[in-house]
Amino acid sequence: MTVNMTKGQAISLEKKDGGSLSAVRMGLGWKAAPRRGLFGSRTREIDLDASAVLFADKQPVDVVFFRHLVSDDGSVRHTGDNLVGGAGQGGDDEAILVDLARVPVHVDQIVFTVNSFTGQTFQEVQNAFCRLVDETTGQELARYTLDGGGEYTAQIMAKVHRSGSGWTMTALGVPARGRTFQDLVPAILPNL
Amino acid sequence: MAAELVRGQNHPLARNRIEIRISADAPFVAGATLADESGRVRGADGVAHPGAPTLPGIEVSRQAAAEHRLAVDLDAMPETVHRVSVLIALPATPGGPTRFGALAAPRAAVTGLDGTEVAGYTLTGLDAESAVVVLELYRRHTAWKIRAVGQGYAAGLPALLDDQGLPQAAELARGIEEAVARGLARSVPAPTTDADRSRRTAASAHGPDLPGTATAAGSPYDVQTPGDSAVRPAPPEGPAAAPPTGGPVDYTHPKRRQPPSPPAPEAPAPADGPVPPVAGDAVGWSMDERLYNQVWGMFEDLARSTAAYRSAVDFADSRLEKELDQVLSDPRSRLGSAGDAAREAARARQAQLVDQAQAVLDRDLAQLAAESEVVEPALPPAYARWDNPAWHGYRVPTEPPMAVRLGDLHLPESDPLRIPMLVRLPLERGLWIDSGVPDESRSVEAGELRHLALQTAVALAARLLAVHPAGEFGVRVIDPAGAGASALAPLTETGALDTPPATGAAGVAGTLGSLTERVDLVQMAVRGGASDALPSGLDTSRQLLIVHDFPHGFDDRAVTQLRYLADEGPDVGVHLLLVADREDAAAYGPLLDPLWRSLMRLTPVPDDHLADPWVGHAWTYEPCLVPPGSHVLQGVLTQVVAARTKRT
Repeated sequence: MTVNMTKGQAISLEKKDGGSLSAVRMGLGWKAAPRRGLFGSRTREIDLDASAVLFADKQPVDVVFFRHLVSDDGSVRHTGDNLVGGAGQGGDDEAILVDLARVPVHVDQIVFTVNSFTGQTFQEVQNAFCRLVDETTGQELARYTLDGGGEYTAQIMAKVHRSGSGWTMTALGVPARGRTFQDLVPAILPNL
Repeated sequence: MAAELVRGQNHPLARNRIEIRISADAPFVAGATLADESGRVRGADGVAHPGAPTLPGIEVSRQAAAEHRLAVDLDAMPETVHRVSVLIALPATPGGPTRFGALAAPRAAVTGLDGTEVAGYTLTGLDAESAVVVLELYRRHTAWKIRAVGQGYAAGLPALLDDQGLPQAAELARGIEEAVARGLARSVPAPTTDADRSRRTAASAHGPDLPGTATAAGSPYDVQTPGDSAVRPAPPEGPAAAPPTGGPVDYTHPKRRQPPSPPAPEAPAPADGPVPPVAGDAVGWSMDERLYNQVWGMFEDLARSTAAYRSAVDFADSRLEKELDQVLSDPRSRLGSAGDAAREAARARQAQLVDQAQAVLDRDLAQLAAESEVVEPALPPAYARWDNPAWHGYRVPTEPPMAVRLGDLHLPESDPLRIPMLVRLPLERGLWIDSGVPDESRSVEAGELRHLALQTAVALAARLLAVHPAGEFGVRVIDPAGAGASALAPLTETGALDTPPATGAAGVAGTLGSLTERVDLVQMAVRGGASDALPSGLDTSRQLLIVHDFPHGFDDRAVTQLRYLADEGPDVGVHLLLVADREDAAAYGPLLDPLWRSLMRLTPVPDDHLADPWVGHAWTYEPCLVPPGSHVLQGVLTQVVAARTKRT
C-alpha cells in the first residue's frame, strides 16, 4: 500500500503491529533525456542528485551526498551517483539507505533533498519521483511525484524525525533553487 | 565472475547445458518460446509453458511459483530453433498482483548445472506490465549467446505471444491460464496421503540428479508428439497424477506449495534482537575471503559506531557549554536559585544524551564482541593470533593466503574488543617496526624496547614464512652489529634462514647488492615480457629483508640501495621489514623522510597511530607476539623447514 503524499502530510514510521521500522530507503528516479542521434554525446543529460542532511537540534552535523556516500556513523548510505537517469518507469536511479537504529542519538532529523545538478528545472524532467521504501520488506511507504513541479531546480522532499521512541516522516515538498544541498541549507532551516 | 547484464546487452554462453533461475516476490508463470531463423514461433507446439512444460531441450515448471528454474539443454534443441525467448507472466489469481510494477524487480540468473552463475539480469523499471520477455538465447553461428531483453506487455500474455508471431496467441494464453489454475488447485495444502507421499518421493528421487537424466535417452527432453502441448488433455486431478518416472521434474519443493490465492507477499517479521553472529558471514569466493571481508566489516562497523558515539558526546558537551553560557549571561540568574536550577537542568540534559549514546554504543559493542568470539576461533593461521589453536594444528599450506594479520586494533571506547588488522598479500608497502616509540609513561626501557621490536619483526617474518607454501617465501636478515642474535634465535636455530644474518659493513653491502640485482633482473624481465629468460640460479620466491638497527653499518651507497628496494621491491617480490629508531638516522636529515613515509609504521608496544580509512580515528595498534613460554614459533618453523627440504 502506497501513500501518495501531499505537502506537509506526516506519516508515522511505526508499523501497524507496533514495531518500528529499522531501515528505510529514499529512492529517486527520473527519465533520462531523449538520446540524440547524431552527436549523441551532446545529449543534454539530466543529472538529479539525492542528498540527506543529518540535523541535531537544527544544526547540520553530517551530510550524505555524491561526494560523501556514507555518513561517518554508518547510518546513512548513498548507493552512488547516477548522472543520467534511467528508464523513468518506477525504478530508483539513486537511493539513500537509512539504518534508523544506527542513527546517532543526537541526530533528531534527517532531511532528504533533490537537486538538479545539470540545471534543468523539474518542468523539463519526465517521470521524476521520490519515494520512501521500507527496506526490510521492500514495501513502498510513500511516493512523491516531482515532475511538472515548475521552475525549480531543487526540492526539499521530506524529513524523517524522531517522535517518541520511533520515527515519523513528514512530506515537505518545498521547492527551492540550488545545484547541491549546500545551497539548500538556508531553505531547509525553516522547515525543521 | 558472473556478468551483470543490462537491458539489451548480450553475453556469450560457454556451455550449452544451463539453468535459468528467475525469482520475484510473488508467484508467477514461466515459459519459453522457440523461434526459427526468421524469428517466428511456428505454432503452439513451439511454446513451453505450464500446460506443456517439456519441449526438446527445455523444461519449465508446471505451476506458478515465486522462483523458477528452467533447465535448458541447447544441444538438444532442434536445428531449426534459432532463438529461445524466456518469458514470465503474472497469473490471474484473485487477490494476486496484476502488474510487475507492484513487486520488487524480478531477477534472472543463468547458471551452469553446478550452480555457478554465468550472467545475471535484474528487470528494473517494470510498471503496468503483466507479461515480460526476460531474456533470449540465440544462435550466433555455431555458438549460443544470451541477451537481456526485459520487454514487457501491459496487455499480458496474449499480447506477448502475439508479438512473437503466434497465430492463436489468445487461445494459447487461455490454455496457459487454465494449466496454471490446475497447478494451483493441485497445490492446495492437503493432508498427507499415501498418494501424496509417493509423489513426494518421486520428486525427490528425480530432483537432484537432473544433470544425469537430462542427457539420458528417454529423458524429459524427449521430443513430444506435436500438437500434444497446447491442447493437452487436462491431466487427472490429484497429486498422484504426476508421472512417476521419466516425467518432467517438478522443481518446486514438495513442502513449499503455493496457496490457491496468494496474498501479497508478507515479509517474515524480523526476528527480535540481533541475530547471533556466525563466522564467515560475508561475501567471498572462499572462506579465507569471507573471513577477511567479515573482519573488515567489523572494523568499519566499530569505527562508525564509535564515530556516532563520539559525535553525540561532542554535541552534548557543546550544547551544555552553550546553555551554561546563556545562564551566565542572563543577569537574572546570576543570583538566587534560578541560575542553579538552569545549570542543573543543562547538566542533566547533557548526561541524559551521553547515557543514551553510551547505551547505543554498548549495544553495538556487545554485538561486535559476540561476533569476534565466533570469528577469532574460526580464523586460519594467517589471520590468527599466536595463541589460536589453528597454529597448533599447523600444516604447511599449498597456497598463499589473501591476507595476513599484522596485529590487533582497538579504540579506547572499545576495550577489550580487538579487531584483527589484516592486510592483503603481497604486501604493497614495506614495514617499519619502530624501536624508538616515544616513551613517556611506559616502563619499558630503551634496550628492552629494541629487543621487543626485533621480536615483533621475527614473529611477523615467521608468520609470513609459515603462511606461504614451502619454498615460496624466503627471509634474509641484516644485523650489522650482531646485536639481535637472541631475538633472531627462532629463525636461526630452526634453520628457517637460507643464509645466516649478515653482519658488518660487508654483510650489509653483500645482501643489499644481491637483492638489488635481483630486483633489477626481475624488473627487466617483466618489462621485456621475458620472465622465462631469468638466470636459472635466481631464486624467484618472495623475499623479506629484515634490517635490524638501521642505519648502523650503512654507508651512503647502502642507504641508496635500501631506498631503491623500498620503492621498487614490492612489485617484484622483495619486501622490507625495518627495525629502527628514527632518531638513530637523524644524521641523514630530511633525506630519509620519503623512506619513512613509504613504510607502514608498526610498534612493539601498544601505540595509537593508525587511522582507519572511513572516519580517521586514531586506533591503538598492538603487535601479535607469541605468548611467553610458548614454543609455537619453533614448532611451526620446524615444519616449514622440513617441508622445504622435502621439496628440494
